[in-house]
Amino acid sequence: MRALLDDVIFWVLALLAVAGGLMVFRFDSMARATYALLTSLLCVGGEVLLLGLDYLGVVIVLMMTIEMAIMAVFMVMYMMNPAGLMPMTMLHNKQGAAAICAVVFAVLAAGILLAPWPSRRGRPPDDPTMDLGLSLMGPQMLTMMTLGLALFATIVATVVLATRRGRYDRFGDDLKARRADDPVRGGTGR
Amino acid sequence: MSLELFLLLAAALFSIGLFGALTQQSIVMLMMGLELMLGGIIVGAAAVWHYIAPAAADGQVLVVLAVTVMAVEMAIGFAVVTALFRAREVDMTDMAAELKE
Amino acid sequence: MPDAAPLWAAVVLPAALAVAAVVTAGFDAVLSGSAERGPAGSLREAGLRATAPLREALRLLVQQPRRTTAADRLLGRLGVVLVPVAAVLAGAVLPWGSRAVSDPSVGIVWFNAMEALAWAAVWLAGWGANSALSLIGGYRFLAQGLAYELPHMFAITTAALGAESLRVGDVVAAQDGLWFAVWMPAAFVVYLLSALAMAFWGPFEHPLARDTAGGAAAELAGVDRLVFLGGRWLLLVVTAGFSVPLFLGGGHGPLLPGWAWTLLKTAAVLALLVAGRRLLPTLRMERYMELAWMVLVPLTLLQALFVAVVVLNR
Repeated sequence: MRALLDDVIFWVLALLAVAGGLMVFRFDSMARATYALLTSLLCVGGEVLLLGLDYLGVVIVLMMTIEMAIMAVFMVMYMMNPAGLMPMTMLHNKQGAAAICAVVFAVLAAGILLAPWPSRRGRPPDDPTMDLGLSLMGPQMLTMMTLGLALFATIVATVVLATRRGRYDRFGDDLKARRADDPVRGGTGR
Repeated sequence: MSLELFLLLAAALFSIGLFGALTQQSIVMLMMGLELMLGGIIVGAAAVWHYIAPAAADGQVLVVLAVTVMAVEMAIGFAVVTALFRAREVDMTDMAAELKE
Repeated sequence: MPDAAPLWAAVVLPAALAVAAVVTAGFDAVLSGSAERGPAGSLREAGLRATAPLREALRLLVQQPRRTTAADRLLGRLGVVLVPVAAVLAGAVLPWGSRAVSDPSVGIVWFNAMEALAWAAVWLAGWGANSALSLIGGYRFLAQGLAYELPHMFAITTAALGAESLRVGDVVAAQDGLWFAVWMPAAFVVYLLSALAMAFWGPFEHPLARDTAGGAAAELAGVDRLVFLGGRWLLLVVTAGFSVPLFLGGGHGPLLPGWAWTLLKTAAVLALLVAGRRLLPTLRMERYMELAWMVLVPLTLLQALFVAVVVLNR
């Protein structure tokens, strides 16, 4: 009974994920495309939950929701036809890409079906979340530190790339202005 | 449910994402293709953890890695698009390629 | 550890949350009534004022829906419906006494994920109508939600850190002696503030403010409007109610049974928020946005550091 239920959930989520993924590139409306991608990624989170990784599954749901909500802003900002009211295509090399992707999928599928997968070794721990935490803070510390560093570098790089006004614009050429010259005044009285 | 089914789903998501990344001219849409590919990788990593080596946490670490890559890719991608657009009013890959001329 | 609640609890939960939302809205209506038109002269007058939200709900039920040109009906509807649905789903991990509808091992992350879903839904509702003012409201909430989601998340994490578990039941159990609100006051206050911001209510109502003719809800009418605004009240009740298991000891308390304490504490928090709203002005958005990034985020990080040090030395 339990296995049957799991099967049904797997198939529903899998079909939704693939359908959502396909619709991303078919919708004219950018908002719809973004939320189709969100549907697809939420289903990915659901599949991860189904595999017994509670923490990672819910974190994927949380992160992808936030990420896609922000993505929608940029989609509307930078696409020529955000609401899809005037259908247009912005594709290049459609046939070639389709052929490449079909070949990639065929090769992957052949590999998946033909590879002699090893049988399951060991049992999942009672609390996979604890296991993950101990691993990240222990044997995988280097991974965690690299990730932390990469995220920090991302924050700096993003701000540098995206900002238009630097401190010289805000505090004058000699950086001596007492109040920052901002177009919008903030709330902390600086 | 079996390992093969999960991996096939992962491969399907990856291929769809690849199609998007290859065909889309708009940088923002291209990034959506990348996100979809990474979604496939997440499913694959989680399935391998569950069906092959659940006792080791390596599969989970791989999922964490993929999720972080998604966040980094998106943040940097949008920052680059913003910088490009500020400088040249360009938001498509083909137009960005012409910049070097 | 709480027991699993019976199946009927899943049916009762939305109804109970809706009743709580109606009572809160009624209390709010009484307070604004006496602020605008003076104290109620008679009991009948007070009753009329308290039932004003219900009458408004009935009026919305029979009101004609409003159509706008080239609206994205699918996404708009989705956004409107998602707000109450996400609120109820978040409420599923609320423990009533020692029981919750569901108490998963990552309940706290689940709660946060559902709040994020409601956050994205408001933008959808604003986008759907194809109207500039409602889209402005949606964008406002994206910025506001992002700024307050981080301190909110850190405050929630601090409580989980103090209990060394992501399970809501364990967090409640860890407060058997001392409430978390006592030794993590900054996290508690930031949680309440950001709960208001996440429910875009009170001093943080700019996404639906009057200067944009109603913001994200500008073009909503009839049942859509009822579901959306009702969902906002549900969100307020659920986020305020979640402060009870996180910081106020959940069902722990002398004499009374656990569910009664939960109810009392939730009512107290809601009363504090609704009454306190009269004391706080609605600031311009850029003012409270900078407050979130510059003050609240570092504050909650320091609070989390403090708690982490205490937990390590316990």
